[in-house]
Amino acid sequence: MTDILAAFGWIFDPVNWAGASGIPTRIGEHILYSLLTLLLACAIALPIGFAIGHSGRFRGLAVGLSGALRALPTLGLVVYLALITTNLSIGPPLIALTILAIPPVLAGAYSGLESVDRAPIDAARAIGMTGWQVFTKVELPLALPLVIGGIRSGALQVIATWTVAAILPVGGLGRFLIDGIAIQNYPEMLGGSIIVIVLALVSDGLFALAQKLVVPRGVTAGRVRDTTEGEARHSGRASAPEGAPTT
Amino acid sequence: MIEFRDVTKRFPDGTLAVDDFSLVVPSRRITVLVGSSGSGKTTILRMINRMVDPTSGRIEIDGEDVLSLKPVALRRSIGYVMQNSGLLPHRKVVDNIATVPLLKGVSKKDARERALELMDTVGLERSLADRYPSQLSGGQQQRVGVARGLAVDPNILLMDEPFGAVDPIVREDLQQELLRLQRDLGKTVVFVTHDIDEAFKLGDQVVIFRKGGIVAQKGTPSEILADPADDFVASFIGADRGRRALHVEETPTGSVLVDSDGRPAGVLSGSPRGAGSSEAKAATVSVAGAPAQGEDAP
Amino acid sequence: MSFLWSNFGQVWNLTLSHVWLSALPIVIGFVISLPIGWVANRYRLTRAALLTIGGILYAIPSLPLFFAMPALIGTQILSPLNVIVALSIYALALMVRTTADALASVPGDVLQSATAVGFSAWRRFWTVELPLAGPVLLAGLRVVSVSTVSLVSVGALLGVPNLGQLFTAGLNGYYPEEVAVGIVMIMLLALVFDLILVGVGRLLMPWTSADRRARRLSRRAAMRAVTGA
Repeated sequence: MTDILAAFGWIFDPVNWAGASGIPTRIGEHILYSLLTLLLACAIALPIGFAIGHSGRFRGLAVGLSGALRALPTLGLVVYLALITTNLSIGPPLIALTILAIPPVLAGAYSGLESVDRAPIDAARAIGMTGWQVFTKVELPLALPLVIGGIRSGALQVIATWTVAAILPVGGLGRFLIDGIAIQNYPEMLGGSIIVIVLALVSDGLFALAQKLVVPRGVTAGRVRDTTEGEARHSGRASAPEGAPTT
Repeated sequence: MIEFRDVTKRFPDGTLAVDDFSLVVPSRRITVLVGSSGSGKTTILRMINRMVDPTSGRIEIDGEDVLSLKPVALRRSIGYVMQNSGLLPHRKVVDNIATVPLLKGVSKKDARERALELMDTVGLERSLADRYPSQLSGGQQQRVGVARGLAVDPNILLMDEPFGAVDPIVREDLQQELLRLQRDLGKTVVFVTHDIDEAFKLGDQVVIFRKGGIVAQKGTPSEILADPADDFVASFIGADRGRRALHVEETPTGSVLVDSDGRPAGVLSGSPRGAGSSEAKAATVSVAGAPAQGEDAP
Repeated sequence: MSFLWSNFGQVWNLTLSHVWLSALPIVIGFVISLPIGWVANRYRLTRAALLTIGGILYAIPSLPLFFAMPALIGTQILSPLNVIVALSIYALALMVRTTADALASVPGDVLQSATAVGFSAWRRFWTVELPLAGPVLLAGLRVVSVSTVSLVSVGALLGVPNLGQLFTAGLNGYYPEEVAVGIVMIMLLALVFDLILVGVGRLLMPWTSADRRARRLSRRAAMRAVTGA
C-alpha cells in the first residue's frame, strides 16, 4: 500500500511535470511513437489482410507467419536491430515494433472479411456490383467491427512494446521504468507503470467504443440471428483483446 | 428469349454439373427448372447472368452470346432473386431495393421513389421501407428480394428457389403474387425449384432434370402429367404413388375428386359444390398436392 | 555461432530457467481458467463481467505489470515470482475467454442427450464437454504458450534469469550475436512447447485428426483465439 501511495506521490509531484523529461513530455512522446507505429502497421497489414480475406487464398500462410512473429521476443528484436544497424535512435525500434504489430492487425482484417455471411456477397455480385463495389459496399462495412478489433489489439501491442523499447535511448513512458530500475527508484518505476497502464486502458476503451459504434445498424436491429454450434461470434459482436504478447 | 445450345459445365474439381444441355426459354413466360439437388439446375440458371460460365456450348439472350457481354453490365440488366433473399443486412429495405438503380447512376430521390412503387407492386406496406431486413419476416424479406429484382425493369427475372425458406402458407401467398405480377408485367422468368408442385403451379414450361443437368422431360404441366416420359419422371411427379391419378366419386354431398388411395383431393370446378372462379391452368384437375384447396384461389 | 559454443553452459542454464518461467504460468493459467470459464459459460450474466475483467487484465502491458507486482503481492522487485504471477494472470485472462468459448461450442443437442442418458453434471463435464471443447482449448493454449515464452524475456529487465538476459547483456556488450542466439533459442523453445501441446492434443483427442468437422471447428477456434474474435 505504501508503495502505491509513494507512486502516486511521485506522479503528482510537480517536479516531475516540468522539463523535457517530465511526465507530459513522455506521455506525448509515447502517444506519438505508438500512433506512428500503428499507422505504419495498418498501412502494411490492412491491404494484405483484406486481399487474403477477400480472395480466400494464402490464409494458411498468413496464420503461420503471424504465429511465428508472435514468438519473436520484442526485447530481442529491438536490441538486435539497433546493434546491427549501429543506430541507437528511434529508427530500429520503429521498424521492429511495426513488424510486431502486424500480426494482430492482419488477423483482424482477414478474419473480419471471412466472418461476413456469404449470401449477401453472392447476391451483390449477382445483381451487378463490381468486385471493388462488393468489397467496399458489402464486405468492408460488415467486417468493420472485427477489423477494428484487430487494430485495437495492435494498439495495445505498440503501447506495451514502446515501454520495453526504452532500453534504448528513446523517449516515451518506458523511460521512467527503465531509468527507475537503474537507480532502484521504485516510486518512479511504479508511477511510470501506472501511467502506462492508464494509457493502455484508455486506448482499449476508446477502441472498444469504436467497435460498438461501427456495427452496422441493420445487423443488431431486429431479431437476434440464430447461432449454430461454435459460431458464437458473428460480425456484430465486439471482440476482446487478441492473443498477442503485449510486451 | 434465352437459348441454351449444347451447354456443358465441368467444374475444376472434375464434377460434370451440366452435360450437353439445350433449351429454348420463351419470352414473357415462366419456365421452371425442377429437379433434386445436384441436378445442375442452379448452375444452368447462373449461366444466364454469367455467375457461372459454360465449359462449352452457347447461351444466347435475344440472339446475343452472353460470353460477349460484360458480366457486370449483364447482371445489372437482369433481375436475380435467391433463396434467403440475399438482402444486404446493413441497408434499409428501401436502399436494398434501390441498390441496382443507384449503381446505374439513378439519382437517390428517383431511386427511392421507384423503390417505394415497387414495394406497392410486390405487396409490401410502405411503412416497412426504413426497416432493416432482420426486422422483417421471411415472407416480407422475399418480397423485398423480388422487388429488388424488378428494380431495373429487366426483361429477364432469374429466381433461385426463392420461396424455399418460408413456411407453406407464406409460400402459397408468394406464388400467387408471382403469378399476379407475371400477368401484369409479363417478364421472361426462369425459376428454379425442387418442388414439383410449385413447378406445376407456376410454370408455363416445366423442365424436369436428372442428375448432371440432363433433361428428363420438358413441356407444359398438363403435357407432363398426361404423359410422363419414363419411370423417373413418373416417380418424380408422384404419378406412380397414385396422388395424381384422380377419379370422380359421387358422395351424398356432391361429386368429389379422389386419388388412388381413396383420399379426397378436390372437386371439379363447375360442379354444384365447387366455388366460382375456375383457373385456366391445368391445376384444377391435376391438384398440386394440396388437399382441399381445390380450385379456390386465395 | 561462436558465442553459443563458448557459452553453452550459460545459455543452457538460462534456457532451463526460461522453461520453468514459461511452463508454470501456462499450467496455472489453464487449470484455474477451467472452473472460471465453466462458470462464465453456464451463467450468462457472469460471462460479460468475467470476460470484461479478463479483457482489462489482458490489456495491461507486461513490463508495467511486472513492476506493479511488488506493490500488489509484496514480492521483491527482482523476484522471479513477479514474472510468474504476472504471466499467470495473462494466461488466465486469455484462457478464461477461450474456455468459455470452447464450452459454448459444444453442441447443445449432445449435452442434452448426455443429460437424458443420465450423466450427472460433474460427469458430463469431464466426459462430454471437456473432450468436445478440447480442440478449441488446445488452440487457445497454443496462443498462450507462444505469448508466454516470448514475454518471459521481458523479465530480464527485472534481472530475472532467463534467455532474455542475453538481450540485455548483448546490448551492454555491443554483441549482436549474443542477442541473435537469444532470439533463436526463444523461438525454438516456443516451437518445442507448441509441438508438445499438439502432441498431447493428438494423444488425448485422437478423434480430432480424423474428424473433419472437429478439424474445421478447431481451425475456426484457432482463428478466434488468435484474433480474440
